[in-house]
Amino acid sequence: MIAFAVIALLILASASLAMCLRNLVHSVLLLVANWAGIAVFYLWAGAEFVAFAQLLVYVGAVSMLSLFAVLLTRRSFHDLDIIPESVSRATWALLTAGAVAGVLIGTILGSPFGNVTEAAPAVSMRQLGEELAGTHVAGLLVVGIILTVALLGGVVIASKDKEDKS
Amino acid sequence: MNPLQLCLILSSLLFAVGLAAALARTHAILVLLGVELMLNAANLNFIAFWRYGPPASPADGIMFVVFSIAVAAAEAAVGLALIIAVYRHQKNIRLQEANRLKG
Repeated sequence: MIAFAVIALLILASASLAMCLRNLVHSVLLLVANWAGIAVFYLWAGAEFVAFAQLLVYVGAVSMLSLFAVLLTRRSFHDLDIIPESVSRATWALLTAGAVAGVLIGTILGSPFGNVTEAAPAVSMRQLGEELAGTHVAGLLVVGIILTVALLGGVVIASKDKEDKS
Repeated sequence: MNPLQLCLILSSLLFAVGLAAALARTHAILVLLGVELMLNAANLNFIAFWRYGPPASPADGIMFVVFSIAVAAAEAAVGLALIIAVYRHQKNIRLQEANRLKG
């Protein structure tokens, strides 16, 4: 339980700090810590495959993508500090998020979950591969198509028009 | 309180942080990162139910998360490409000022 408390603290503290900062690069770097913390949670829960997928996809790829987007969309060196938001907007957002969290946690605490299974489900890498290429092969193909289309779409959207010389 | 409830509360709090960020911030990249946080909270739920829920096929929860991570990665790539396209047209990515789609 102490390990869980440390992981939860790491995840929540890095996420909330990242969303409060003014400097975008610092925010993205803190979110890298947050995603690594989530990978540690997966390891703690016994899902090693998902933990390393999380490390590869989020800590490796999405963080680099976000950093590139941050650095490509600033006008000068000092443009990283963003303008503060209005107080009413922040207040309403916090109220809404607090209400959602309250409803969710109230429901969770009030639900009869019964006895939890104590032993982690044992699943080998070989079993995962056979499921992925056997039972879920249609899903795997669809994900491949989605990733290809998203990649092409991203390139088309972000690329410059030919007549646009500026 | 059993460990399943603890995991679910953790993911609810992470979801709330992401929601607050997506609603409060006006910078498009931060809004997108808030949405990513909410997606990660959903993945935490999948793993929590896989680990502590009633016994099912042992690989099901992992399959859910793997597909979910793949779709989230596609979403992040397209979202950041859109942000760069908006920036190229308007030289600004504050959401209040990005209020027309035609460049």
